[in-house]
Amino acid sequence: MAERSFAKEVLDLKIGKGDIFRGEGILAITKALLENGVGYVAGYQGAPISHLMDVLADAQDILSDMGVHFEASASEATAAATLAASVHYPIRGAVTFKSTVGTNVASDALANLASGGVTGGALVIVGEDYGEGSSIMQERSHAFAMKSQIWLLDPRPNLPSIVKAVGDGFELSEASNSPVMLEVRIRSCHLLGEFEAKDNVRPTMTVKDALEHPKRDIERIVLPPASFLHEQEKITKRLPAAINYIRDNKLNEHFGPSSGKVGIICQGGLYNGVMRALKRLGLATLHGDCEIPLHVLNVTYPLVDDELIAFAKSKECLLVIEEGHPAYIEQNIRAILHKVGARCAVEGKGPFPEAGELTGPVMLSGISTFLTEMASELLPPVARAPNTPMQDTTNLAKTVPARPPSFCIGCPERPIFAATKLVEKELGEHHIASDIGCHLFSINEPFNIGATTMGYGLGPASAAAFNDKTAGRRSISFLGDGGFWHNGLTSSVGNAVFNDNDGVIVIVDNYYSAATGGQDILSSRADNNSKSTKHTIKKAVEGVGVKWVRQIDHTYDVEKMRASLKEALQTKETGPKVIIASSECMLNRQRREKPIQKAAIADGKRMTRTRFGVDEDVCTGDHACIRLSGCPSLSLKTLYDPLRDDPVASIDQNCVGCGNCGEVADAAILCPSFYQADLIHNPTRWDQMFSRFRTKIITKLQARRDKNRLVFSEIIS
Amino acid sequence: MNSADRGGADLNNTENIAPDGFITLAVLAVGGQGGGVLTKWIADLATLGGYDVQMTSVAGVAQRTGATIYYLEMAPKTDRQPVFALSPSPGDLDVLIASELMEAGRAVLRGFVTPDRTTLIASTHRILAISEKSIPGDGRAENPLVEEEIHKAAFHSVCFDMDAIATEAGSMISASLFGGLARSGSLPFDVSLYEEVIRTSGRGVEASLVAFHGALHYEPTADDKSKQVKPTRRQVQGPERLVSDWDDLRSRVDTFPSESREMIELGLIKVVDYQDFDYGHEYLDYVEEFSTRGNALVNTAAKYIANAMCYDDLIRVADLKTRSSRQARLRGEQDIPDDEIVHVTEYFHPRAQEVCGTLPAWLGGWIEAHPRCFSLLDRLTNKGRRIRTDGVVGFGLLWVVASLKPRRRKFLRHRYESAHLKNLLDHTRKAMDSDTDLAVEILQCQRLIKGYSDTHERGHSKFAKVMDTIQDLSGRKDATDCVQRLRHAALQDEEGIALDETVATMRSSF
Repeated sequence: MAERSFAKEVLDLKIGKGDIFRGEGILAITKALLENGVGYVAGYQGAPISHLMDVLADAQDILSDMGVHFEASASEATAAATLAASVHYPIRGAVTFKSTVGTNVASDALANLASGGVTGGALVIVGEDYGEGSSIMQERSHAFAMKSQIWLLDPRPNLPSIVKAVGDGFELSEASNSPVMLEVRIRSCHLLGEFEAKDNVRPTMTVKDALEHPKRDIERIVLPPASFLHEQEKITKRLPAAINYIRDNKLNEHFGPSSGKVGIICQGGLYNGVMRALKRLGLATLHGDCEIPLHVLNVTYPLVDDELIAFAKSKECLLVIEEGHPAYIEQNIRAILHKVGARCAVEGKGPFPEAGELTGPVMLSGISTFLTEMASELLPPVARAPNTPMQDTTNLAKTVPARPPSFCIGCPERPIFAATKLVEKELGEHHIASDIGCHLFSINEPFNIGATTMGYGLGPASAAAFNDKTAGRRSISFLGDGGFWHNGLTSSVGNAVFNDNDGVIVIVDNYYSAATGGQDILSSRADNNSKSTKHTIKKAVEGVGVKWVRQIDHTYDVEKMRASLKEALQTKETGPKVIIASSECMLNRQRREKPIQKAAIADGKRMTRTRFGVDEDVCTGDHACIRLSGCPSLSLKTLYDPLRDDPVASIDQNCVGCGNCGEVADAAILCPSFYQADLIHNPTRWDQMFSRFRTKIITKLQARRDKNRLVFSEIIS
Repeated sequence: MNSADRGGADLNNTENIAPDGFITLAVLAVGGQGGGVLTKWIADLATLGGYDVQMTSVAGVAQRTGATIYYLEMAPKTDRQPVFALSPSPGDLDVLIASELMEAGRAVLRGFVTPDRTTLIASTHRILAISEKSIPGDGRAENPLVEEEIHKAAFHSVCFDMDAIATEAGSMISASLFGGLARSGSLPFDVSLYEEVIRTSGRGVEASLVAFHGALHYEPTADDKSKQVKPTRRQVQGPERLVSDWDDLRSRVDTFPSESREMIELGLIKVVDYQDFDYGHEYLDYVEEFSTRGNALVNTAAKYIANAMCYDDLIRVADLKTRSSRQARLRGEQDIPDDEIVHVTEYFHPRAQEVCGTLPAWLGGWIEAHPRCFSLLDRLTNKGRRIRTDGVVGFGLLWVVASLKPRRRKFLRHRYESAHLKNLLDHTRKAMDSDTDLAVEILQCQRLIKGYSDTHERGHSKFAKVMDTIQDLSGRKDATDCVQRLRHAALQDEEGIALDETVATMRSSF
């Protein structure tokens, strides 16, 4: 079950012509797919398009009613390969994943797809995880489009434009027999807006029709000699067809006056940012009327030469606004203008930084630098000499602490890393390879564990070189259940078996692809109506030949976790040592169990609510427990006691009672401050009887002690 | 204008809105606080108020517990679509909502709060960052500095503890922040529209409304300022003979300089509560020795001698965990009324050291001197034990351990701790004759001794390291300053890395 349910929102997908659709970017894309007669959709979750997968999963019934097949792919490579259905058959297909990491994984299939070309429209919707909020390496998807001849759409970031781009993408793909990539940025995916809907359209051909009437065309298969023909065909036939389509259908847009001394060319996705900067410079209105000619590239690859030559005509200078490095578009425009001997100068990187996100301030300074140099007469006085008040924030900067993301309250992964830290305290530091997933938070405070991250499912693979039988220590590598099924089983575990790597592999199994929002995967323990789950990781690793496997079904048992790790690091057995540490993602568990528990309590059933606490007078304020936990619910509080200097540990009401703090205090022999309090809802008669009996005896013992001592108390009035 | 509303005032503050009615608003929250809910409410509010609105957020891995940002732009509806930006720009914000004090500070640092136009709505409560919590001493950021800076940075600010208001209402902070937004008057919408948005949101409506109104009509009360609850009266209860003995002992406090009596009385209560009246007399004897050298020294002595005398042994833990006051506190902390049943499990892990410490000194010492005996005992005792202190057996066990208290002074641990106290006092005495300030600093090093087992041992080794260095410092003019630096360094990290570095630096300059 995914973290966020769109069950209510997906009902809007059924609305028809003339109705106003209000929702997030991802929902708008789904609606657009249905309006354009898509025949199948596939993809792999990952920010910023995770929710697109969730929307599609929740819309499964609506999709199948329309004859549309939906599939949650095993990886981005699988998703891209799924588009093979559009090679021979005129079926429109769309796949989605995050980019550039997903595109990296998918690139083999994408390159093959682009070589043979497509018959039905093939759309690759990439969530460009770039700039603030991104969690991956900063690269551009643009290069993939160029190298494989996939056309790249980068629509203006508003819902009507994005929705239109989906339709344009299919048509362009079919007109040029090439796959098309639709790039949506982080914020566009989560943008809440409106557009006017159209009727949904059933696919003209469904996957069922295709299955029942199979076709093949050897010309489309990537094997010599066809592959050499493909290379030529891409340039001589498909590219011109694409350019004609883009020009004829005016996919790129013009804003502002038709002529001017200077002009601006920008990627469609940057349009709003450009307009905001122009507005702040007094050169545009809120509604997009601007005083400088603006050419917006809703298609960033390929560029249409004559459009650009016409735009450059009679202008002294152009500014190309392009995000990221290398500046492919700027280089391309320079080449186009140079070839025809245009006299117009081109600026781009220069006023703008070579690399990095074009945020509001960068956009403002880039455009104003350009205009100040090239056309300062256009700028109103206030823009030429802005009077921004500067504040001295040195002290503030020293005081405000960083707040890196970390494990949630009750996260089952926290005890795994607490145990690892304890083992390292005992056996010394080890080389630890990390992977992609929530467990990568181990690299932050308070654990500071992990040296590298090389890609999804590649944790153990990235420790492959550390395979020396004579070394006194072994490597430890982590990967999650998501990464394991994505790529890890073969590239990491299989590789370790094949090469007899002695390293320790910890598979963090939280029952979901948790970091991307709790989607089900092969080893999920939940029943899923449309997917086959409950395939254990243990069987899989044993299947590829791992001999030393330990399954831990309760990661909160820090002592057991520690003992297993220690054994794995010290056993004489050769080959990979695999520890599968399994406990359900707490975020998902709470979401699942809370309503059930609430109903049961209301129903009068006996239930326990577990929370932990710290005895403030036993705690000495050393905070060793926090250094081994980092639980958001375990914090500090100041006691009113002039005899004390340091704040004591304290657990707030958000505690979910996972037990990690108590377990850690025990395993690390920290202190006896932690206690577990189980509140019994709807106690049985036995509970009540026992409780009365206990209370009676305890009260007596307490009274007896109080007879021989003074009780000091501080009264707060 | 640079106005601050820390509660009490009702304002209408739409004067800074641009002529085209265009408004930018950002929410800075900590993941999990409901920043998304709040932003959605504001978007709904704007729509209801006849505005075009766009809302964006960055929900990636940052949604877990890191700092998260949501952004909204709105403008009065016309027949044309506005072009809204997708992310906030420094210097271009009309309203900034921060769900926590340091997030407000971060907003100022990022330039999202500027004195020419930004209305800042912030909750002043703290969610400590991991870097603040993990320091062995007190690593918490300085709140007053940040509060002052954020008020200075804003055009208008509405800042008070909105988390407390939400908690009291049984709601989320998003509701009280929404109330804070209504209170600021920075959006041109009527309060009734805000309420309508909450009502149509569907979940927890009543509690949300209470929190909303709590922030909207919040009036600061006097004790709000210092969130620490300071007791006003002290009470001693018990059998008459003990009360009169106490009064006798207590009267000795009056022989000390009046400025130190409060601290001495607190220390005295601590040691008497810890052990008995004799221990109290012993305590006062120790403190007396330092009473003629100025308030600073006697106050510090009163504090740290009490702490050194009340070491954390098994008896103390057992005693504290079996008191009736503890049960009451536990129920309070865990929100459990007296008539409900609670099972309490303690997490203990005693080692052979702790057991030896609770044996007569001769026996404990003998075992410690015989490694084979000691390791046998360790094998028998050293493991995690879960003890149910709401049960008769578990409670009884701790009650019995606590009843060893009268014999405590004969135990091995007491011998060790007395030696430590003597060591501390010797160092202090030596410094006292020439330099009272240095003596004060030395006494404060008792702060390094805390925790149990390994942590406690590490504390002792840090303490020893500081004392060793002090020996070599004698005669230096900046000795006082050096001890202070050493102590601070020792509290910076667990392993004592900062301390070692400081010691090395000091030694190199001898």
